[in-house]
Amino acid sequence: MIAFLLAQTIAITGGTVYPVSGPKIANATVLIRDGKIAAVGTSVAVPSDATRIDATGKWVTPGLIDGAGQMGLVEIGAVAGTREALLKGDTIAASFNVAEGINPASVVIPVTRIEGVTTVLAVPAGNLVSGQAVLIDLAGNTIEEMLVKSPVGIVLNDSETGKDFAGGSRAALVERVRRVFRDALEYERRRADFGRAQLRSLSAAAADLEALLPVLHGQEPLIAYANRRSDIESALRLAREFKLKLVLAGAQEGWQIAGEIVQAGVPVLVEPLDNIPSYDALGIRYENAGLLAKAGVKVALMETDTHNSRNLRQQAGNAVAYGMTWDQALRAVTLSPAEIFGVADRYGSLEPGKVANVVVWSADPFEFATGVEHVLIRGKEIPLRSRQTELFERYRQLPPAY
Amino acid sequence: MRPPLVLLALTLGCASGAARPAQAPAPAASALAAPARTATSDSSSVDRPQYPSTYQRHPNPPVLIRNATIMTAAGQEIAGGSIYFKDGRIVAVGTKIDAPPPDAVVVDGTGRYVTPGLIDEHSHLGVYAAPGTDAESDGNEATNPVTAEVWAEHSFWPQDPQIPLAIAGGITTIQALPGSANLIGGRSAILRLIPARTVQAMKFPGAHYGLKMACGENPKRVYGQKGGPSTRMGNMAGYRGAFIQAEGYRRRWDKWNSDPKGDPPDRNLKLESLAEVLRGDIYVQNHCYRADEMANMLDLGREFGFRIRSFHHAVEAYKIRDLLAAAGTGAAVWADWWGFKEEAMDGIKENAALLQQAGVRVNIHSDDPSGIQRLNQEAAKAMYAGMRAGIAVTRDQAIRWVTANPAWALGLDSLTGTLEPGKIADVVVWSGDPFSVYSRAIQVYNDGWLVYDRTDPAHQPRTDFQLGQTPAAGGGGRKDR
Repeated sequence: MIAFLLAQTIAITGGTVYPVSGPKIANATVLIRDGKIAAVGTSVAVPSDATRIDATGKWVTPGLIDGAGQMGLVEIGAVAGTREALLKGDTIAASFNVAEGINPASVVIPVTRIEGVTTVLAVPAGNLVSGQAVLIDLAGNTIEEMLVKSPVGIVLNDSETGKDFAGGSRAALVERVRRVFRDALEYERRRADFGRAQLRSLSAAAADLEALLPVLHGQEPLIAYANRRSDIESALRLAREFKLKLVLAGAQEGWQIAGEIVQAGVPVLVEPLDNIPSYDALGIRYENAGLLAKAGVKVALMETDTHNSRNLRQQAGNAVAYGMTWDQALRAVTLSPAEIFGVADRYGSLEPGKVANVVVWSADPFEFATGVEHVLIRGKEIPLRSRQTELFERYRQLPPAY
Repeated sequence: MRPPLVLLALTLGCASGAARPAQAPAPAASALAAPARTATSDSSSVDRPQYPSTYQRHPNPPVLIRNATIMTAAGQEIAGGSIYFKDGRIVAVGTKIDAPPPDAVVVDGTGRYVTPGLIDEHSHLGVYAAPGTDAESDGNEATNPVTAEVWAEHSFWPQDPQIPLAIAGGITTIQALPGSANLIGGRSAILRLIPARTVQAMKFPGAHYGLKMACGENPKRVYGQKGGPSTRMGNMAGYRGAFIQAEGYRRRWDKWNSDPKGDPPDRNLKLESLAEVLRGDIYVQNHCYRADEMANMLDLGREFGFRIRSFHHAVEAYKIRDLLAAAGTGAAVWADWWGFKEEAMDGIKENAALLQQAGVRVNIHSDDPSGIQRLNQEAAKAMYAGMRAGIAVTRDQAIRWVTANPAWALGLDSLTGTLEPGKIADVVVWSGDPFSVYSRAIQVYNDGWLVYDRTDPAHQPRTDFQLGQTPAAGGGGRKDR
């Protein structure tokens, strides 16, 4: 039920534009043509056939990118029939790509995009190797239309819950991952022997070992969810040993070893409003995102509650309250995740040639007082409607008109 | 110093009182008429104190906060305002306050905002403590669908490291509730959120116990394969059966109280709690999501002659806001939670604003150790969602959602929840507008005691649990930026 307007030329005029790739520009125009950004600046000529969106007094930013969640993969948390993010029965689920589980008709999608989140990482859950995460735009009638990149990376559950799939010890977890990685490389070298059943039994299914090869060749990131400092260090160790392109996620005690993370050149996905201590991270604190950013780590933010992915901007605002600069926080929900997910050539900033995911806000996007005025995804304006706006309209007056 | 606590409790109970708002159902005459048999305001069937509060106000010099924006939660937002409190009570609020006595601490409030201490009507702090292992899972006595006999205070762990985090978010009072596995989950604990060795030292003197009840999916799910209830009609039958028993129990005790001859009736802890609900001394705090179920529960109250104090979660409350307003039942809601189960699918962000507009006493609750740290932000989201939808919500109303209204829901609105002379000095100083995402609590005064100061590590309490963790995190040693 996505009412796309036809592709067209749109000019967003008069707003303060935050391109993210450069400093803000007052009273600027963002010109959009055929789904792409055509021009950004103060002296952009607006074609006469362009549809104009007056953004005078408004703030214009790239659409926000949430680096977490199960958008389209979980409709109702407690209803198993609507959950697609967990593969049961295979603890090394490297070949499990969640894309075909996505439901483009999910009612969560409109609820999310009308509040300025236009792109999200859809992440597999559970197991030791959870599967392949994919990046989607929150518009489109088919999975193919929604996909931005698939896969983005393979998810490793390097945490207290992950060790349950490796015999119950962190030591076993790391060693199990090592064996799987070695077996994948062995499998690659001796595919022919494998086919003739002349290869010893491997520690994961062939399809999963095959799926790990792009990660082991550094072509695709390993996204390691790790919170305890020692778990983060295990992930860094694995990355060194196998020359992986590593992305850390969670990293709740990451602030304690920010220097090591910077030195390793590893970016981090952080949920700023995490601070409830568990034995997986007793050193968890609100300042994590700010301290990592200050140390020079590339940080992208997450709102892990799929149904409230729209609260990504509240996460960002709180990241600022606890130490990030405002510019860092805006980058952490736009260009930084685009870079981390390997799509910065197309996403994350307002620059000519990029996909036109654009949001017009009444003011500072992180403030509660601010509302969303316009959302464009791939250059098309999205109607600001959702199941929730329909419920509100129905019950605006009582009794409701059924 | 205030009078000893048992005395205070007696006073409030017998004066039918200060802590009991006019709209509360009147306690049964027989309960009050039995002199000397009432040990506390809410345990009239026994003649002994039951786990009485040992709360003592912590000494603190008088405090004058000057030149701040004071949000009173009583109708005013005073720019350039001052507030003076002494011995745990608010003495004066306004733009003109006489020079403070020499022993007063003067706080420069320039650029700051001051609100009443925040109150969370729905918390599981202490009963579902961090670090969240099975060993700290003490919130659901999921062994029987009706466990009115359990009291949350007997699970509450004062060393829960989530407590100082919530204090740093400006919370001064919580209702710690049993979970929602059961139809009737047990008594809540109304607590001052302060560092303490015992739960007794946190118990809010004079508060009305709550009785946690739960509708819908949770009891059905937990008991469906364990003898029931397995349906919503089974849920209703379960509540009704329990209150029918309680009516008989209350009758036997009322009879004996009015004519104490021979042996008293046998005590039954479960029925004692339910009988106190029938007497109006214990407030029903009802976890309930769906509009149609809330309507059934209102009728349940009518069937047995009590008024449900507050529906909790209440994601569909907006659909029956007229019924709630007419019944005088409050609603405790989230700003935006939805979708985690079917009965939560119809949540909308305008819920609180629509309830406010209809005259329902609405408050924003957390039900969450993370959300409790930013109830002000959650209220802000709900307020602005209402404003954007064209519903006239005021800032004063929205601050009441996390102060005066939850105080009412706990029967404490004559004592706390607003910044007015005579009220308890539960006061928060914010770095800026509490409805801004960038603002944080700078100082928290609980009953006049500076329990938290973001700029001073000497006033950043840490639980025993947090000691010895290296490096220190979760509340200690932070400076304001």
